[in-house]
Amino acid sequence: MSPATKAMRTPDATAASGDGARTMLLTGNQAVAWGARLARPKVCPVYPITPQTPVLEQLTEFQAAGEFDAEIITPESEHSVMSACIPASLAGVRVFTATASQGLLLMHELLHYASGARAPIVMANINRTVASPWAFWPDQTDSLAQRDTGWIQLYVESAQEALDSVIQAFRVAEAVQVPAMINLDAFYVSHAMEPVAVPAPAEVDAYLPPFAPEHRLDTGKVESWGNVVSQDMFYRHRQSIEQAMGRVPQLLAEADRAWHERFGRAWGVVERYRCEGADTVVVTMGSMCGTARDAIDAMRDAGQAVGLVKVRLFRPLPVAALRAALAGVRDVVVLDRNHSPGAGGILHQELRAALYGMPGAPRVHGLLAGVGGVNVPPGRIVEFVRQARASDPLPESVWVR
Amino acid sequence: MFKLDPSQDPMLCSGHAACPGCIEALSARHILATMGPDTMAVIPPSCMAIIAGPQPMSSLRIPVYQPTLESSAAAASGLRRALDAQGKRDTQVLVLAGDGGTYDIGFQCLSSAAERNEDFLYICLDNEGYMNTGAQKSSSTPHFARTGSTPAGKTSRKKNLPEIMAAHGVPYVATASASHLADLVRKVEKAKGIRGTRFITVLIPCLDGWGLPDDAGLTAARYAVECGAFPLYEIEDGTRYTLNVADKPRPVADYLALQRRYRGMNDADTATLQAEIDGAWTKLVERAAASRREIATV
Ligand SMILES: Cc1ncc(C[n+]2csc(CCOP(=O)(O)OP(=O)(O)O)c2C)c(N)n1
Ligand code: SF4
Ligand SMILES: [Mg+2]
Repeated sequence: MSPATKAMRTPDATAASGDGARTMLLTGNQAVAWGARLARPKVCPVYPITPQTPVLEQLTEFQAAGEFDAEIITPESEHSVMSACIPASLAGVRVFTATASQGLLLMHELLHYASGARAPIVMANINRTVASPWAFWPDQTDSLAQRDTGWIQLYVESAQEALDSVIQAFRVAEAVQVPAMINLDAFYVSHAMEPVAVPAPAEVDAYLPPFAPEHRLDTGKVESWGNVVSQDMFYRHRQSIEQAMGRVPQLLAEADRAWHERFGRAWGVVERYRCEGADTVVVTMGSMCGTARDAIDAMRDAGQAVGLVKVRLFRPLPVAALRAALAGVRDVVVLDRNHSPGAGGILHQELRAALYGMPGAPRVHGLLAGVGGVNVPPGRIVEFVRQARASDPLPESVWVR
Repeated sequence: MFKLDPSQDPMLCSGHAACPGCIEALSARHILATMGPDTMAVIPPSCMAIIAGPQPMSSLRIPVYQPTLESSAAAASGLRRALDAQGKRDTQVLVLAGDGGTYDIGFQCLSSAAERNEDFLYICLDNEGYMNTGAQKSSSTPHFARTGSTPAGKTSRKKNLPEIMAAHGVPYVATASASHLADLVRKVEKAKGIRGTRFITVLIPCLDGWGLPDDAGLTAARYAVECGAFPLYEIEDGTRYTLNVADKPRPVADYLALQRRYRGMNDADTATLQAEIDGAWTKLVERAAASRREIATV
């Protein structure tokens, strides 16, 4: 069932309780904006791009209604958006933005700059094909091409997960002082409506303490950022970023547990879906997980031992969690809705590297499925799994549809 | 002669990494002293960034954020809004950027910030070329000047950035020069008291890039004003022009003769440059006169 049909079957779409918690019919984009609103950022530079524009519009509407106390900056480009985000964050305020596709690519230089500056900005990215040629379809190449920029990356499957992840991401990003990107697939998640539990503001405040960094740009402190450094200082700086990244899987697991205690929902660092005793496991990210669940259900009903591992945290890649989740599995089928020319599917490469040298490592089949947003129905996933089990894995990713 | 108040702690400390005799350090020292300690600087890659660093040292007594080359005005916007969100509305945000980072690669975000009238003072330290990378041309390099990327002399004229900034309707635009120090300090002081986007471009004769002896920086700065190659003026609210030095007694040839970057320039090119300067000067004089007439009739 797609999120959209689920939503249409929900009779009571806005049920409110006294503390401000309520259930609302929201798209993924609106859920992102609600997550941002509840996190109370103080500065939001933002530039429109399909399919992210509704996030921008929702935030400016919140502000116009007096419900969102942030400085919204509307510069001439995403490049300037990220350029404004970084020193705002370094001045010691919480910063949020959102973009997609070309906008994210235009930010590329500044994405490195942000992580280097240890600015815990949170950004939602709506995964959309990268031109040329122009297209507007779900495809994760935009954000996966930023995998080396030093940003935490989460991939979410639903509007609810998007809202929850924005707030969780602030908690983790601020704890390690590394920026975080929440990725949601164009249209499948960004525009599909579903009932979303919007938590009470006071509960979110208790979950996410105010941002109060010890080091910041402040005329009372006279600390600076960006001066030229020596080789040794640069080396040690990169080491400290790596150490911070290394703490992220654990911190996200804790943030998710605390979220569950307070709000009754958890999403995991990686999620294992019906993996008990599975000999074959599908591994994918984002909205493809929803389709894969239906395929897994059908195969389980037919008596096949097949499960799904959803990679929610992609950067840092939670290697230990992935190895644990895939231990004892014979075949892994990676579904990549992205394309790195000359290298194939990016999750495929990453997963092979993560599992390499693991005793009894699974056979990894990489499938370029859904590149450019082509539809991948559950029946096709059942067929991909059947073929993978019956054949040896190839070193390269295989185009399928 | 204009003097810094000796009782004041210098805001630009000694021991910085500028070339000996550099007019940029001299200008920055006065600009920073005028701005005072409740100021944050945004300094993109440029000579000024070298003067400000290196880590863990800082020659400035105020916080410095070094953005990417092309993003100073956007970074200043973000910093400004973060300060506003914290209620620190009196803290000044001061950009000290080179001409490359202003006229060229950083122009898009500067235009955008000016259109939004973001509240900061943007000072362009205009040494008419990319000195940090070894003296290549920028769009601020004057006609006929030789640089690393224009070895036969630049074939196009210096971009008129003050006019472009004024066309945004920002409250304050000015040109300034350390050769006219009291005027420079007055302009910084005046800009400090205004809210919104304020833009001052300060001519910085670069010893290395222009081919000047170590002690000739101020003379070159003065000649630039006296020949009209770099007139000193202010434009308020995009419309009110004031010419601060009202005549230009010196032929441009005097100015050119000081600098190796114009070596071997022929008489015809010198005449062309002189005509260009005369034309621009006439326009400026007319605008200043029109502004005076308007004030008189109000
Ligand atoms: C995106 C980018 N391109 C190129 C550079 C290299 N670069 C550093 S400083 C500079 C020239 C700066 O010229 P200007 O702004 O006039 O400052 P100056 O060095 O003359 O003081 C260049 C091209 C850079 N830092 N970033
Ligand atoms: S290169 Fe020119 S502007 Fe730069 S420090 Fe030296 S003299 Fe000053
Ligand atoms: Mg320069």
